[in-house]
Amino acid sequence: MATVSMSVNGKNVSRDIDPRTLLVDFLREDLRLTGTHVGCDTTQCGCCTVHVDGKAMKSCTLLAIGLEGAQITTIEGLAKGQELHPMQAAFREHHGLQCGFCTPGMIMAAVDMVNRKGNDLDDKTIREELEGNICRCTGYHNIVKAIHSGAEAMGAGK
Amino acid sequence: MSSTGIGARVQRKEDFRFITGKGHYTDDVNRHGQTHAAFLRSPHAHAEILSIDASAASAMPGVVAIFTGDDLAADKIGGLICGWMIHSKDGEPMKAGAHPALAQGKVRYVGDHVAVVIAETLSQARDALEKIVVDYKVLPATVATGDALKPGAPVVHDVAPDNAVYRWALGNEAETKDAFARAAHVTRMDIVNNRLIPNPMEPRAAVGDWDSGSDAFTLYTTSQNPHVARLVLSAFIGIAPEHKLRVIAPDVGGGFGSKIFIYAEETVCVWAAKKVGRPVKWTSDRTEAFLADAHGRDHVTHAEMALDAAGKILGLRVHTTANLGAYLSTFSSSVPTYLYAPLLSGQYNIPAIYCEVDGVYTNTAPVDAYRGAGRPEATFVIERMMEVAAREIGENPAEFRRKNFVTSFPHQTPVIMCYDAGDYGAALDKAMAMADTAGFATRKADSARKGLLRGLGFSAYIEACGIAPSAAVGSLGAGVGLWESAEVRVNPIGTVEILTGSHSHGQGHETTFAQLVSERLGISIDNVSIVHGDTDKVQMGMGTYGSRSGAVGMSAIVKALDKIEAKAKKVAGFVLEASADDIDFKDGKFTVRGTDKEIDFASVALQAYIAHKFNGQELEPGLKESAFWDPTNFTFPAGVHICELEIDPATGVTRIDRWTAVDDFGNVINPMIVEGQVHGGIAQGVGQALLEGAVYDASGQLVTASYMDYSMPRAGDLPSYDIGMTQTVCPSNPLGIKGCGEAGAIAAPPAVINAITDALGHEDIAMPATPLAVWRAIQKHMPRAAAE
Ligand code: FES
Ligand code: FES
Repeated sequence: MATVSMSVNGKNVSRDIDPRTLLVDFLREDLRLTGTHVGCDTTQCGCCTVHVDGKAMKSCTLLAIGLEGAQITTIEGLAKGQELHPMQAAFREHHGLQCGFCTPGMIMAAVDMVNRKGNDLDDKTIREELEGNICRCTGYHNIVKAIHSGAEAMGAGK
Repeated sequence: MSSTGIGARVQRKEDFRFITGKGHYTDDVNRHGQTHAAFLRSPHAHAEILSIDASAASAMPGVVAIFTGDDLAADKIGGLICGWMIHSKDGEPMKAGAHPALAQGKVRYVGDHVAVVIAETLSQARDALEKIVVDYKVLPATVATGDALKPGAPVVHDVAPDNAVYRWALGNEAETKDAFARAAHVTRMDIVNNRLIPNPMEPRAAVGDWDSGSDAFTLYTTSQNPHVARLVLSAFIGIAPEHKLRVIAPDVGGGFGSKIFIYAEETVCVWAAKKVGRPVKWTSDRTEAFLADAHGRDHVTHAEMALDAAGKILGLRVHTTANLGAYLSTFSSSVPTYLYAPLLSGQYNIPAIYCEVDGVYTNTAPVDAYRGAGRPEATFVIERMMEVAAREIGENPAEFRRKNFVTSFPHQTPVIMCYDAGDYGAALDKAMAMADTAGFATRKADSARKGLLRGLGFSAYIEACGIAPSAAVGSLGAGVGLWESAEVRVNPIGTVEILTGSHSHGQGHETTFAQLVSERLGISIDNVSIVHGDTDKVQMGMGTYGSRSGAVGMSAIVKALDKIEAKAKKVAGFVLEASADDIDFKDGKFTVRGTDKEIDFASVALQAYIAHKFNGQELEPGLKESAFWDPTNFTFPAGVHICELEIDPATGVTRIDRWTAVDDFGNVINPMIVEGQVHGGIAQGVGQALLEGAVYDASGQLVTASYMDYSMPRAGDLPSYDIGMTQTVCPSNPLGIKGCGEAGAIAAPPAVINAITDALGHEDIAMPATPLAVWRAIQKHMPRAAAE
């Protein structure tokens, strides 16, 4: 066992963990933040995407022990209470989700995309940037629309 | 139409929890004192198990128990079942090999279940797995679909010495032969429908729990039909009687068919919970999902179409070998038979059809229903044949289809189905206008100037949904009825709970079902909640698959709402001092005809429960009704999809430039959700056509067992879709709904391949048409574009 401390959704947490604990398991099992999902075992699907120090990362491929002092944001930390983040609101408005399983990872990846690429995203950029996130339900059409609109809304809210 | 009623684009009620990370999926369930299960899987496609030595594994840290097939047998736990009896054409019942949840003496595919380790943590369970020593005698394996029936092929099950599960046929052989004798032209094709792996993003999972005080079990599981799971686990597998077994399917992250079936893992978890006296949890990893989720499709077909001199179809003859894998999964036997051959008439007048299907065992994962289930395979056959026949006789593929369309209804096909309503020409016209097919030649010339090959492909599909009239499917061999149930509970303050046997795993029932109630009772959708997925709450149901939740599930709700309205009118009559016959109900208000007396729905609900205004002996207090709806026919969604694409001959890369879909789903409750279903279906169909394919090597190892090797459609592989609708109302259910969940997956593959072959100028390409396959096909033949 080893101790790790980090900030998760603005709260400082410290836990004794098995050193081989993945970040996703630390979030899901130790902290019971089950919005972050596991969809694969080869770092391909993006269901587990969270923000580590402001950047989108796949939490299934990070050891929690290596994140001492890091700032983690998960899907649970995106809304301010009942007030949705503009990207969350855009996914709902544009029907960018069906079963919802890929959705937390999609939204976290989308917010990161806007942070890196700006608020005026064309479809081609969005589709290319979604390389690391798989959705089996929506056919992506409405996810692309949602990200486009969410990106604009994030810009308007600045 | 009110803003939240039928036909409105209402945002989904369930979305708030999903977009904030508050969904409740099975893997999110943790029970107090829970243990973790890991399954030892066969590394061989076919082997005898000579011995299993778990002694070293048992001594590993944290190990609670290790079980094998012998332990299940000792507890008299039955094998997994196939619930649809198919008879061969000689009358013989299908040959169902035993399917134990943990292998007994033999393994039959890579991933087959050999033993289970139950430990304090998942890591400990997995560590212990590696210490189990199994002595296998490896046997030769039958792998490829086309090899299974060859003389001398290794035998998968002794009950089927030639590997044939059944040799089934439908249609009229003599009439069809006659049609071919009169033909002016015959089109012949060999067609392979590639094997797919469903891959819902949420892997399967199960948590078994047992309460020693009441000897009752609870199973949380990723199921599309928890009541069917309970029925099978209870009545056939023998876990516990139904009243001692609760099955809960909470939020489920996609299914596409693969979560209909009752698998080994949930069976073992719920059984083992009592054995170890603690909850047992298992969550599939993705590799396990590839290996052991039921696969889809996998047909090898030879088809022939007879045409007269005027280009009218005289007959269709089809022979299909369908790979059913190593064991018969829950509904597997019905998929390449009754869900396939009855759709071979397509949208066309075909006077004579004869189809033979050989279902075969192989040493591969079981194959069962995957989005569309049989209907995509039928549509691929008929729509490829239509395209190729048109090309062979020099007709325009769209006009050749139009000439052969069914135009009057009802239309009885030679293969069971009676199409009730449709307007196929209208969909074709609309799709061609939206796709600007008139401008295709110009666009093709533009592409050619850039050195690119452009192609246009049609697919005019029909499917049979709203599955299904119980007596009809019973006569065809189904072991269950396919009705649906609903219960409407009106609370004293006028809010409503709908209990439904349908199950939502992405379809948005919490919204669409609430829209129906909002429309009927004139209340806000916020005052309606939908309860599903728990056998302790909903008494019985048949679940969600075959695009049945709208046509069948919502019809049951309508029937229960009719009863609610009738009872509420009686209550209103007492309150307003009028006869129930004189009460009208509209927009949430009960009025006495010809007067200004009225009372709103919520007040009637309260009156029904306080029961002060009527005699409780004459009219029962309360406002709660239930109904079972058994459909009278299948429903027949149909439409036309047009794919236009560009191929770069230097790389073989195909880029879909435009996708046009015009579908007739009858009446639509929420167009936003329906369009989403179409989008997702098309993506899976394009995936089948361009990217996806399960590959086993000759020894039966699954080569495509991860997202590194199995190509899932990603956002960059797909276009945006242009969606339109036509509408003929379905006459066989009260809402006029046809169903929309599978259409895209059914329509898309032939549209893509017809477009690719149009671009290439020859028919020599199989699915998936990967860049390598397309490039090779270009190298092998002189492209039509270059030859012109
Ligand atoms: S679970 Fe992390 S990428 Fe799939
Ligand atoms: S919404 Fe189901 S996987 Fe994306």
